[in-house]
Amino acid sequence: MQHIRAHVLVCNGTGCKAAGAEKLMTSFEKWLKKYNLQDEVAVVPTGCHGFCEHGPLVIVYPEGTFYCRVQEKDVKDIVENHLYKGRIVERLLYHEPLTHEQVPDYSEIGFYKKQERLVLKNCGAINPEEIEEYIAVGGYEALIKAITTMTPDGVIDEVKKSGLRGRGGGGFPTGLKWGFAKQSVSDKKYVICNADEGDPGAFMDRSVLEGDPHRVLEGMAICGYAIGADEGYIYVRAEYPLAIKRLRIAIEQAEAMGLLGDNIFDSGFSFHIHIKEGAGAFVCGEETALMASIEGKRGMPRPRPPFPAVSGLWGKPTNINNVETFANVAQIIVNGADWYCQFGTEKSKGTKVFALTGKINNTGLAEVPMGITMREIIYDIGGGITDGKKFKAVQIGGPSGGCLPESMLDLPVDYDSLIAAGAMMGSGGLVVMDEDTCMVDVAKFFLNFTQSESCGKCTPCREGTKRMLEILNRITEGEGREGDIELLESLAYTIKETALCGLGQTAPNPVLSTLKYFRNEYEAHIKEKRCPAKVCEKMVGFTITDNCRGCGLCAKNCPVQAISGKPREKYVIDQAACIKCGACFSACPFKAIEKG
Amino acid sequence: MANMVNLTINGKKVQALQGSTVLEAARANGIYIPTLCYHPDLKPEGACRLCMVEASGARTLVASCVYPVAEGMEVKTNTAKVRAARRTIVELLLANHPKDCLSCQKNGDCELQKIAADLGLRKIRFEGGATKVPKMDYSNPSLVRDQEKCILCGRCVRVCRDVQGMSVYGFVGRGFNTVVSPAFGNGLGEAACSYCGQCANVCPTGAIMEKDDTDKVWEAIADPEKVVIVQTAPSVRVALGEELGIPVGNVVTGKMVAALRQLGFDKVFDTNFSADLTIMEEGHEFLDRLQNGGVLPMITSCSPGWVNMIELKYPELLPHLSTAKSPQGMFGAVAKTYFAEKAGIDPAKIVCVSVMPCTAKKAEAARPELCDSGYRDVDIVITTRELGRMIREAGIDFENLTDEEYDSPLGTSSGAAVIFGITGGVMEAALRTVADVVAGKSLDKVDYQEVRGMAETREAVIDIGETKVKVAVVNTLKSAKEMLERIKAGTADYQFIEVMACPGGCIGGGGQPIPVNQEIRKKRREALLSCDQASVIRKSHENPEIITLYETWMGKPLGERAHRLLHTHFTPQKR
Repeated sequence: MQHIRAHVLVCNGTGCKAAGAEKLMTSFEKWLKKYNLQDEVAVVPTGCHGFCEHGPLVIVYPEGTFYCRVQEKDVKDIVENHLYKGRIVERLLYHEPLTHEQVPDYSEIGFYKKQERLVLKNCGAINPEEIEEYIAVGGYEALIKAITTMTPDGVIDEVKKSGLRGRGGGGFPTGLKWGFAKQSVSDKKYVICNADEGDPGAFMDRSVLEGDPHRVLEGMAICGYAIGADEGYIYVRAEYPLAIKRLRIAIEQAEAMGLLGDNIFDSGFSFHIHIKEGAGAFVCGEETALMASIEGKRGMPRPRPPFPAVSGLWGKPTNINNVETFANVAQIIVNGADWYCQFGTEKSKGTKVFALTGKINNTGLAEVPMGITMREIIYDIGGGITDGKKFKAVQIGGPSGGCLPESMLDLPVDYDSLIAAGAMMGSGGLVVMDEDTCMVDVAKFFLNFTQSESCGKCTPCREGTKRMLEILNRITEGEGREGDIELLESLAYTIKETALCGLGQTAPNPVLSTLKYFRNEYEAHIKEKRCPAKVCEKMVGFTITDNCRGCGLCAKNCPVQAISGKPREKYVIDQAACIKCGACFSACPFKAIEKG
Repeated sequence: MANMVNLTINGKKVQALQGSTVLEAARANGIYIPTLCYHPDLKPEGACRLCMVEASGARTLVASCVYPVAEGMEVKTNTAKVRAARRTIVELLLANHPKDCLSCQKNGDCELQKIAADLGLRKIRFEGGATKVPKMDYSNPSLVRDQEKCILCGRCVRVCRDVQGMSVYGFVGRGFNTVVSPAFGNGLGEAACSYCGQCANVCPTGAIMEKDDTDKVWEAIADPEKVVIVQTAPSVRVALGEELGIPVGNVVTGKMVAALRQLGFDKVFDTNFSADLTIMEEGHEFLDRLQNGGVLPMITSCSPGWVNMIELKYPELLPHLSTAKSPQGMFGAVAKTYFAEKAGIDPAKIVCVSVMPCTAKKAEAARPELCDSGYRDVDIVITTRELGRMIREAGIDFENLTDEEYDSPLGTSSGAAVIFGITGGVMEAALRTVADVVAGKSLDKVDYQEVRGMAETREAVIDIGETKVKVAVVNTLKSAKEMLERIKAGTADYQFIEVMACPGGCIGGGGQPIPVNQEIRKKRREALLSCDQASVIRKSHENPEIITLYETWMGKPLGERAHRLLHTHFTPQKR
């Protein structure tokens, strides 16, 4: 028998692929052959490890050595030194951003240490294109257990007991939802997996689908068994080609093995899964719009009731859950609700995957137990703020969420605490902002997103978000007026009260939360025509300080010739001609240009 | 009652049917809640968010048009919160709407305008951009679209899709850039539109309107060289009053004739006369097909919206259409020949105007083949709404006019003709004549209750002499499409089918007074049936002016002259 003494795991998530991971695969094969190691070292493509910023990632087992930003030229080094000579390639190791310490061991890296990887357990550990690898780590055990030893009600009870809540944003108890769909009497029912991940910067669902697709299929099949459905749809955006490809492979392999399809394991239970590619409209993440889209109609939400559990896809009872929700199901069935309940808080059980982005050292995907504080996520996992700047705010919950200030850093991250603070769990976007961020500008960014992604059906969302955006635009352009804040608030509350769907109802949240925690910034813009973070261009001017050494770079870079001076003397900006583009500010090597 | 639920609305205890909406419960109890996207003929969408109310147990305000009642629910329709929300919604709509109300065709009839007035809006707090929309769309021969006035309520989208099955309109674009548009951003003239005008009937603002041809009429009347004659369709007489302050369901034939004379028309004739003529031709055509193996089922062809639909969507079934022209078409052909000859008027000087309940009639009159008199048979078509506007413009005190009679020789008609305006009426009129012709005598049976009703598709078996004739009556284009599918599938074993494009027939036509709903259509229908009951002559072939026409001039039904003047052909349309 062939003895494999080492495994080289090459991350093949979208991020690492974009950074060149595919070339690494062939390169490893080439170099292993050269050193005649091809029979004792296996190269395995895996799903996402979540630490995308440092990709392409390569992990060498059995040591668990974690190599970052590996390029094709580095492969020879890893093969020759690590795999052949047994010496770790230190220059490719990860350095902690705050301590600058070198960490060779995967599990010792700060980014991973505080994580509780339940959903992402297999992501980065198995080859997502081989069903055997999933089965080898216990895959499909839950489905077999459910359909051969449990009743549908038993499955629903277990999910109810686990306290699992929807991970797509709403946080509705999953077991309860399944119960409603089961109660509906119908000749046909559907299970839908909502993989229309649309929040800017969010890629939790994509990573799960790419890294561990079978886990989602298994969760859907268990749900189908529980509610009495024999057909499922995965609604996934066409911008996720890799996820779609791996899902197709997974469905094919599961069907070939009899784990999906007709009469699974002779139990009499059949379950078929289709993939529906979405065109990438944000609103299609809303369940009723999503169903309309599957039906071939324009993706527009419709009023509820009736809820999908009563009348969903093609008018049939339908259960819709998000990717991450389904990815939680199998482990609950295998390990039991009690096991699951050890993670999280009283009302928010389990873990949540967050996409950390913004001014944070470790950006990427992190799965944390519910109830962890924001501070732990940002500083312990995220490695703190980049360039040693001061933390200002964190936007949680995507465009529907809210911005929380420093005073909220010790807030436990769970559904109810976040809502109480004016934010929401959302699908798991987490954008960290430093002191250089203008909060009015941030609110404008998110509102611009929801405004342009509004489906246009209901008046408050279609017209109201547009007017809010126009008011924010004039505030950031120095045209803000007395009464604008009150007008924003009035509109925001009306939109929250009257919009048709969840997207409209939550669209004003970024404005309301920034108004709640950073009202003084709005006031400075309106009353003093001043942007405290010096971001809003129309209110920012540039001046040259005494640090100027007269190199002339600023003048060379000025697109409108507004800067003049003599070499080795202090240059001057003609304020009347200046268009405030900031080119001089970026060009100056001596930090002699002041913004303000 | 088992299926009733108890709730309170504004503190008042009320009962409502399980499954009904809060809006329905409120309206049934005399509580007014403003609406815009809601229309009683259409499935509610909950899109405009104007009908928001407070309901116990709900997290936010709820849209009463779609929110179901529940046992013990407490509803409040008039709180400060509700009023503030409604005002903001209307303010938002107005901020993106032209402020040219005074010169808008819909001025005074606009639902948005009325709601803004009701809510006492004095200031619009929002300013800024307007949605970029195409310019005025005049490409359609019957309808005009002014997209700047569209508030995206979606009523046109729903009526065209759900009632008419044509799906000409859809929502295009996202967010603030969303517009209602035919496919590919085409103009309404390039779309596969039947011109039925149901969209104009339900549009709450001036975004979709009939093409206004009143100026052409005024111009003709003012021309001393012209002899301006007018024909009025059967269903106009039971709806025109609504435009002029008279309650729904009143017959205003005599006042209408008087008003038309006051407007300056030289002769006031009746489309009912030519409806009798249509029965003569169509009835004999049916008998001919039945007895000589023609294409069956034969389908009526007087509804131009219907004719457009079959020409557009089912050209292979055109041989089923009766070749008889519509009453409007026959009138024009006869007016510029028979009448001109009899009155000694140069037909070139005749301007033939028709007042129709229908927007599609404008396009029908413009069909190139309808020139059998040697001239354009019908020159100008105005709708009931346009006539109402002309009467108001002329300052005529309509309510207090003394009834007057139609002119001769194209003014006498039977009760069979007047019911052309309701679904089943053409069928009944034809049966009255066909049965008598086959029997060779005047039968006692006049009323054919079997074909009456308001359902969209009805069928009956009628004894015509020894033969049992299976007939069907269809209204709305959606039901018509279903019928054509059955004909294609060979499962429609009828000999004769009547189709009218609009709900309830012409009384619900696209040019009729607004608002319209099932209750209003019922009242118009009853009024029209009362005209039939009140008629002395109730069968088309017993109309003395018709008898004179055939005996002295036309010859026989389906004869040479009749064939030339009273029959037409149909051509597939590609749009």
